[in-house]
Amino acid sequence: MVSQQERPETILEEPALAPASWRRRHDLDRDDCTIDVIELVMTTADRMREVLGREVPRVPALRGTTVVNLFYENSTRTRTSFELAARTLGADIINIATASSSVTKGETLIDTVRTVQALGAQIIVMRHPSSGAPYLAMRHSNVSYINAGDGRHAHPTQALLDLYTLRDAVGSVRGRKVVIAGDITHSRVARSNIWGLTAAGAEVTLSGPPTLIPREYACASEGRLPPVKVDYDFDRAIEGADVVMMLRLQGERQQAGLIPSLREYAQLYQLTEERLARAARGAVVMHPGPVNQGVEIAPEVAHGSHSLIEAQVTNGVAIRMALLYLIAGHRREGAR
Amino acid sequence: MRLLIRGGRLLDPASHLDGELDLLLEDGLIKARRHDLDADGAEVIDARGMLVTPGFVDLHCHLREPGEEHKETIASGAAAAARGGFTTICAMPNTHPPTDSRGLVEALLERGEATTVRVLPIGAVTRALEGKDLADLADMAEAGAVAFSDDGRPIWDAAVMRRALEYGLITGRAVSDHCEDLALSAGGVMNEGWVSARLGLAGIPTAAEEAAVARDIQLCELTGGRLHIAHVSTRGSVELVRRAKERGLPVSAEVTPHHLVLVDEAVMGGVEAMGEALAYDTNARVNPPLRSRADVEACVEGLRDGVIDCIATDHAPHAEEDKLCEFDHAANGISGFETAFALCNSLVASGWAPIETLVERMTSGAARAFALDERFPGLGTLADGAPADVTIIDLGETWVVDRAAFASRGRNTPLAGQTLTGRVKATIGGGKIAWSELRQEVPVG
Amino acid sequence: MSDNGARERVLLNRDEIRRAITRIAHEIVEANRGADAIILVGMRTRGFPLAERLSRAIEAFEGTKVPTGVLDVGLYRDDLTYLSVSPTLQPSEIPTDIEGRSVVLVDDVLFTGRTIRAALDALIDYGRPQRVQLAVLVDRGHRELPIRADFVGKNIPTARSEDVRVCLEEIDGRDEVVLVQGE
Repeated sequence: MVSQQERPETILEEPALAPASWRRRHDLDRDDCTIDVIELVMTTADRMREVLGREVPRVPALRGTTVVNLFYENSTRTRTSFELAARTLGADIINIATASSSVTKGETLIDTVRTVQALGAQIIVMRHPSSGAPYLAMRHSNVSYINAGDGRHAHPTQALLDLYTLRDAVGSVRGRKVVIAGDITHSRVARSNIWGLTAAGAEVTLSGPPTLIPREYACASEGRLPPVKVDYDFDRAIEGADVVMMLRLQGERQQAGLIPSLREYAQLYQLTEERLARAARGAVVMHPGPVNQGVEIAPEVAHGSHSLIEAQVTNGVAIRMALLYLIAGHRREGAR
Repeated sequence: MRLLIRGGRLLDPASHLDGELDLLLEDGLIKARRHDLDADGAEVIDARGMLVTPGFVDLHCHLREPGEEHKETIASGAAAAARGGFTTICAMPNTHPPTDSRGLVEALLERGEATTVRVLPIGAVTRALEGKDLADLADMAEAGAVAFSDDGRPIWDAAVMRRALEYGLITGRAVSDHCEDLALSAGGVMNEGWVSARLGLAGIPTAAEEAAVARDIQLCELTGGRLHIAHVSTRGSVELVRRAKERGLPVSAEVTPHHLVLVDEAVMGGVEAMGEALAYDTNARVNPPLRSRADVEACVEGLRDGVIDCIATDHAPHAEEDKLCEFDHAANGISGFETAFALCNSLVASGWAPIETLVERMTSGAARAFALDERFPGLGTLADGAPADVTIIDLGETWVVDRAAFASRGRNTPLAGQTLTGRVKATIGGGKIAWSELRQEVPVG
Repeated sequence: MSDNGARERVLLNRDEIRRAITRIAHEIVEANRGADAIILVGMRTRGFPLAERLSRAIEAFEGTKVPTGVLDVGLYRDDLTYLSVSPTLQPSEIPTDIEGRSVVLVDDVLFTGRTIRAALDALIDYGRPQRVQLAVLVDRGHRELPIRADFVGKNIPTARSEDVRVCLEEIDGRDEVVLVQGE
């Protein structure tokens, strides 16, 4: 806490402080996340959802804060989601799409973030094609980072909004059977969700072709990876599942020879109405988007009554508002 | 020129010598080893309490000159080697231009002569390291190349490897292969294991090395040419070499200090760092990559048994910008000369084997693998008449790795800030002091 | 009881609090010429139970049930950049449309006035009330903004270094207002 001299005598009542569970300057991954952090973000997101539901969805909480979207990969939905979140909180938001900036002239990541910091940014929302990039940026600058996706490593806000969406739809995920299906190897959404869901007590099964699931998830891995099951047989894996989370299959995978053809992949792993019928009654379907219609998921399922895909998008804004709010409180010097 | 090393514990594994003796060096050769030698006008180095061994021999290093002098030069590399106790270093040919002809071999030898460390060229196996056409192997051997390799790349074409081994029958030199099946390793940036799965980094499976080792061993059997496996890193590779030796094949193998101690968890920042921000430490990015604990244990066992003949540093200096970037884009390599001995010494401390074994693997064992003792009789030993290459070590001294103080231009090490035990106090190459932190008494008059 | 040896003095006891609330309830009804168009909005945390008590008191003597709501001003504070941790946000709930109604904000202690300013900002985002009034149990002075209470339980002059703590049965298990001397 700031000393009496420095801190202006403002609020008469001591604010109810965030419990010890949120003490981070950054949100870089969901590795080793705990249930109390998840719950704190979700209750904060509830407040944010209230704000979003108003006639005039705007609060002054982050007025005077500059947030920069630093996206090294194209993304309309995530970037817009963060932008809406920042604006609703009254922050100033700047979008840097690196294709059109000095980065293409060979500027290094470290130089770029230092420049952004010098221009006055306090929070950088970063998406980058290399796993680990936000950790490098964080070590060489003095702003707060929110990871909007680094390579295939993590997409921490996605995991939170997925858990939040599930909370609305099914309540607690403890003991529920969740199947994550598709290209696990290249999926940061899968990795972060595996951490988040197992922390929340769900039973997670991974399914997909063996060429797209890291072997280490199938073996015990000395307890270094979260405990999940692996089943390459999707029809069997989906039996009795409460939640079916489908991942996007990128065309490049076929080009790289990881799967023989999209046609065969769809035959084995597409979520069709037929396959969905093997899941539990009331099972829900999720997808981080954008959806490859007719590849990993049949259009009628994507738009069907079990689908939470749209809710995921809506909840993304509330969750990102919650994170911006919690992190904005931690960018003071001295906070870890 | 006479130099007397007085009062140290002389350890010469080749002759099973281990005792307190004085060592006299004269005119670049070992002259005598006895108790209470008379100085008689020689410069004296007080080695009391120190270990005195033959100078270390390194079969694998990258000196970057010509072409990448911002990373290292022959002079700075030799200075770093001397600090690490190395008196003989074999320079890999992947320079710009690569050492693929007589002229370049001779140029390297000449540059090396300006240093107090013996710099020996390893010639390229294929022209321009393209992996297609053999370079003038016999010509280079005659000019002074001590072995052949295409390192940092594998000799990917099996027919080319076969022919290179066959030429070994006339050059008498080993072919040192960087064993890597490029199709299996494609895209990989670290060991394929639970750490790469967690970090979301593309992995290089151990099979990528083992498939290439197995192929080379079969070709060795087919041809009878001398095969040397560079930087062994996996349990499977150790097993393959073990069985090849059991069959009596002319196979030798080396292992780096980092593959004996560090594991792939170092990329994360170590298991202790879990809970803190992930490191994605580019200083731990090396090829072959740091492997799992089981692989490290197998390499340690293999080195003890002698299945792996020697330690070779694979000293690979890089400029700061090559490492200060995203992990995907970082260069492979560790600047290892100056920490090699101390890092391996940690094995001795944990009961792996006596110090004599470690010294053997860094001296005569290495010299034998490349038959250097044929060209330079006694190299790697303290026998009478052997080259006056001596390393003096304080086994008990602890020190903190300060990469800003490296003699190498390459500061890329995952050991920065770590405390190591065992420090090279002086290195003598060809009877001249290459590096010393010890007191010397210059003769009066 | 006092922690770390600071000196404490009881300013209002249980009965005095009860009487103050009864009197404020009457004043509210009088000033608004009846209880019909009023909403009592309590500030988190201790303003809310006070609002509930006022509503019950009004119902007792006037027979009208005055709706109550609760307001959390976490997102409207002007000092977020000075705190080392973001305050936990609590739900706000204002059950009826405040458009055209008389809102009475209720809080336990009025001090600098900044919480009330934040509350006014929050309230406007819910709609446009006809008027906003302020009821507090204790006014301890030291205003930093031009804010005043319409209904006050007790005016207590204090030093800046002192602290006024309101304890309520619903939250703290007892009814008491205490003055704590600064260190």
